Amino acid sequence: MAIEKEEKHSLPPVGVWGPALALSWLVPGGGHLLLKRTGRGLLLMASISSMFVCGLMMRGVMFTPQSGDLLTTLINTGGFIGDLASGVLYLLTVWLGYNQPDVAGAVHDYGTKFLVTAGLLNILAMVDVFDIAVGRKD
Amino acid sequence: MPKMNLSHFEAAFLFSLFTSVVLGVVTKRTDRDRLHYGVYTFLCFFVALFGLGWLMYFGHG
Repeated sequence: MAIEKEEKHSLPPVGVWGPALALSWLVPGGGHLLLKRTGRGLLLMASISSMFVCGLMMRGVMFTPQSGDLLTTLINTGGFIGDLASGVLYLLTVWLGYNQPDVAGAVHDYGTKFLVTAGLLNILAMVDVFDIAVGRKD
Repeated sequence: MPKMNLSHFEAAFLFSLFTSVVLGVVTKRTDRDRLHYGVYTFLCFFVALFGLGWLMYFGHG
């Protein structure tokens, strides 16, 4: 009985879900496409990429990890993780030299939030891919 | 890349739209539930948007 329960909760090998999860991080919606969930993958790709591009067009700021007081560390490190979670969108943007200084203005502020939220939504998509790959979802 | 100047409403609309689509897609198990949840989330964003907008308007005096 205990062994049966353990077998039910044990994860499949990394080779089963690892590539889909990695692709899902690198290309938003890519993990779903790899797992043959084409419609959902395309919707995720369109939404997350559009949100990221809108953030860039609003000249949002990319966070970099900074140390200092607790709030500064939390905001900047959290924001950096959010930006980084967009995968290739973030990497391309940084490699192509996007460097927007932090200036006052509602549109810039919205842009910053769009960039971070795109990454956070991609994390949700990654969790979904993981669930599908290990068989918790169809 | 061209610069985009949006009003608060337009930015909040786009934010709500993209977020609702993703939340609908990743949280439910059937297409019908996904659609319903996506629309529900979008409406919730809008209720909050207008509710907070009016609250700030009256709170500001």
